[in-house]
Parts: sequence; C-alpha cells; structure tokens
Amino acid sequence: MTTFNRRDFVKSAGAISLLGASAITGCASVGGSAKPRVVIVGGGYGGATAAKYIAMWSEGKIDVTLVERGDTFVSCPLSNLVIGGSKQIGDISVSYDGLNKYGIRRVKGEAVGFDADKKTLALADGTSLPFDRLILSPGIDFMLESLPGLATAEARNKVLAAWKAGPETVALRKQLVDMKDGGVYAIQIPKAPYRCPPGPYERACQVAWYFQQAKPKSKVLILDANEDVVSKKGLFMKAWNGQFKGLVEYRNNQEIQDVDARTNTLKMSFGDDVKADVLNVLPPMRAGNIATQNGLNNSNKRWCQIDWLTYESTAVKNVHILGDALQIAPAMPKSGHMANQHAKVCAAAVIALLTGDVVNAAPMVANTCYSFIDDKNVVHVASVHRYDAAQKTMVTVAGSGGLSADANRTEGIFANSWARNIWADMLA
Amino acid sequence: MKAHIRVTALVASALTAIAANAQSAQTPVSKHLARNLAAQCANCHGTNGHSVAEVPSLAGQNAAVLVNKMKDYKDGKQQATIMHQLAKGYSDEQIALIADYFSKQPK
Repeated sequence: MTTFNRRDFVKSAGAISLLGASAITGCASVGGSAKPRVVIVGGGYGGATAAKYIAMWSEGKIDVTLVERGDTFVSCPLSNLVIGGSKQIGDISVSYDGLNKYGIRRVKGEAVGFDADKKTLALADGTSLPFDRLILSPGIDFMLESLPGLATAEARNKVLAAWKAGPETVALRKQLVDMKDGGVYAIQIPKAPYRCPPGPYERACQVAWYFQQAKPKSKVLILDANEDVVSKKGLFMKAWNGQFKGLVEYRNNQEIQDVDARTNTLKMSFGDDVKADVLNVLPPMRAGNIATQNGLNNSNKRWCQIDWLTYESTAVKNVHILGDALQIAPAMPKSGHMANQHAKVCAAAVIALLTGDVVNAAPMVANTCYSFIDDKNVVHVASVHRYDAAQKTMVTVAGSGGLSADANRTEGIFANSWARNIWADMLA
Repeated sequence: MKAHIRVTALVASALTAIAANAQSAQTPVSKHLARNLAAQCANCHGTNGHSVAEVPSLAGQNAAVLVNKMKDYKDGKQQATIMHQLAKGYSDEQIALIADYFSKQPK
C-alpha cells in the first residue's frame, strides 16, 4: 500500500474515464507512460506549498492538481495589519498564477468529499477528480453548533470572526472605522487549541494602535476563555501595560454561552452580559469541513491524526492532511509557517511513496511566528521540532527556540521580509 | 580552500554518521536528506535559498562560511534576533548537510 503499483493505477484510471482530458491520460497510462496523480485541496499555506514542492521536486514526474475555491490567496498572517489600518487587503493578497510554471493544474471549486476506494475527489459542481494520493489542507471551520446566536449568515456578518483573511477582514476594519470615538471593541477568544495562538492578542494590539491615533477615548476589551494569555504573554502584557496603557483591558476565564448579534451582546458563562460597539467573536474551531464530514477528525472529533513521517491520515489510507486541521504534536502551534513546513515533509514523502523511493525517517520542522505590536515593532516566538521514532510524534529539540527579548523594529523588517519570502515559497 | 575541504569532509562524515544511525535502526536513509533539511530555511530565506526580500539569500554561499555562521549562532558568539534560537535546533551534521546543499544552488 505504500508504493504506487500498476494494478492500483489501472483500477483508478478506469474509475475516472468520464473526465475528458484526464481520461485520455488515463487511457494512455495503460500503455505505461502515465504519471502518478496527486490532488491537493486548499490553496493556503499548506496546500499551495505542497503543490509547488511536489511539482518542483518530482521534476514533472507527478501530475499535480490544486483545488481551491478562491481566486486569489489572501494571507491570515499580517491580516491583523489590515484591521489596524497600516496595510490594505491588496498588500496581503497573492495571485495563484505563479504556480502555472510548475505545470500544476488548478481547479477552481469546492471539494465536498472523496471515495477512498475508488480514489476520486468529489467537487460541489458534480465533477470528480481521480488521484493516487489526496492531500487535504482544509484549515479550520467553526463549531457554530455551540453558539446558536451565530447560526445565521446575517448574525455572522454583524458579529464577525475575521479569522479567515478576506472580505471579513475588510468588513471588520470598516466596523472599527465607523465606530464612534469612546466606543468599545471586544474580542472573545475561544479555549485553545485554535488557529494562530498569538493572533487574537496581536489583533488587540493592532486595534489599540488604531484607537490611539484615531479614537483615543475608545477601548479594547479582550475576553479570553483561557486561564491566561496563550502565547507571548510577557511581550503582549508589556504592550498593554506600556504603550497601550489605558486602552486595553484583559480578562481571563471569559467563556461565552451565546451571542446576541442584534444587540452586540455576549452571554457569558459566568457573570453579567457584555455589550460592545464592535464585537469580534472567534468561535471554537475544528478541522475544516471536508475533513470532519469525511471521518478524518479522529481526535476528539475535532482534529485529524496523522503519521508524522508521511502526513497520511491514520483514519483513511492514501489521504494526507496538513496544517491547522491536524491534532498538533506537543508545543507545535497551528500556524501558517508550520503548515508550509508540514507541506514539505509531506511532499517529500508522497513523492517517495509514488516513485518507490525511501521515505525520510527523520523529518524536522521549524516554526517562526512574528506578531506586530504596532505598525513597525514586532515580537517573535520560534521553535524547532524533530521526529521521535519511539514516541512516533514530533518533539521540540531541547535548547532550541525562544522569544524576542522585546518588541523591536528590526523584527518588523524581518516579519515583512518573512511574508514576502514565504508567499514566494508557496506561490512563485 | 582548506575550509572547503573541511566542510566536504564534514558532509561526508555527516552522511556516514546518519547512515550508520539509520542502519542500526534498519531504516534506509533518504538520499534527499540535505534537500529536505534545507527546505526548512526557505520560509525566511526563499525557495532553495533565493530570498526575494531583506533576509539574505543562502544560495551559492560558501559552505564553510555558512557552517561557521551557524556555529557562532549556536555558541552565542553571533548576535541575532532569531537565528541563535533556530540554530540550536540542528546538529553539526545537519548544519553541514544544509550548508552543502545551499552552496551548490546557483546564485
């Protein structure tokens, strides 16, 4: 099962013969010239990187298809700067066209399911795509069943999450711009694990930075369901008690029961209701829909377990998963940088599996995560992780990693440089 | 030149050491180990070490220079914002492989 063989291929080639151009390739394959096929779902930090690296490293020996519903990549990292106003949405958007030169076939569409036996991926428009290996990089979706007040799109368009960069990012910025001076912006943070551990605190800083310049009588209220600041605590607290003193209030253990979008009110699990002029709720999160609706969420029904050597699902063979959807290894954050690193380990493994080569038995990944305190000063957290064969998981390398000593402008330059390089690493 | 020979020897011994470890665990070694390790640097230093921004490119740099820089980061002799923390995550053998890989990339 670990290596691609001709019998499997002929079987899957038969299953796809409804697909026009692909069917021609499929028929030709019987003659022996066919390439193994990898289909990737999700053009974010994980999926786009996997597509590029499989195409680049296999030097055209593998047929790569990337399925993505959006027209343009919009980055979650740096999207808080759009909310703070120092960047525009165009600054964090990148075209997918850079992938064309690698011979990657791009399909615009929404993947809804797959048949692991027939090895086909189903799209919402009714078409199906054949694969030998499927890679899902589905990101997160919200557990809205826990917040009935956000059941309707109307409610979610008023009380925004803006936790997937794009139109909601712009809409939240507009709510802040439209808010009167003297108003309250409240951000409610779910219990960890959630996408981007420092992200909510960075957002609070960005909104405070905006208020400081434009609406100094206003206030940022952080309602954290966690017992304490989840990431970069000392560095964020320093900003809230220092340059943003009087602008930011942090409250811990602030779980919510529901949201009343009509009145912008949070129903707290304990204590009085909280009302805000701009209310930003990050609902609890789980692996993206395609993973949870197809039995891949075998960790607490929320996240996906994988083999860390190949990123193959432990629930379904020949299906690999990357990024925020994973049940993380200890001390491994759900970050875009991490998803990019997952993708390269997975790309190397998938190429090896499909070409009869050796899978790397000692993969490593590293994480670098920058957070902007204002428009120029930045802090980071970094870590290095290695595969531990005995525990069959990734562990942090002892003595590695750490935090910034203090917010600084040099790291502001490096953070912007990081963004340009990682976007190019995925998409150019 | 002398430094170059030293790094070449280090790469050879790194591969031998890694192969020996792997064989003892009866696991064959991927011939792409250096490429896979170096790919971790691309997020900040660009694909195959070709940076498109302020962080320096690593492609085509002298392997011995890269090895020494990483050693200085590890030992705390070289100040940094982040590289001193990341460098400590890699063994001397791994650093030798990464440096050798980047030195062979066209500038």
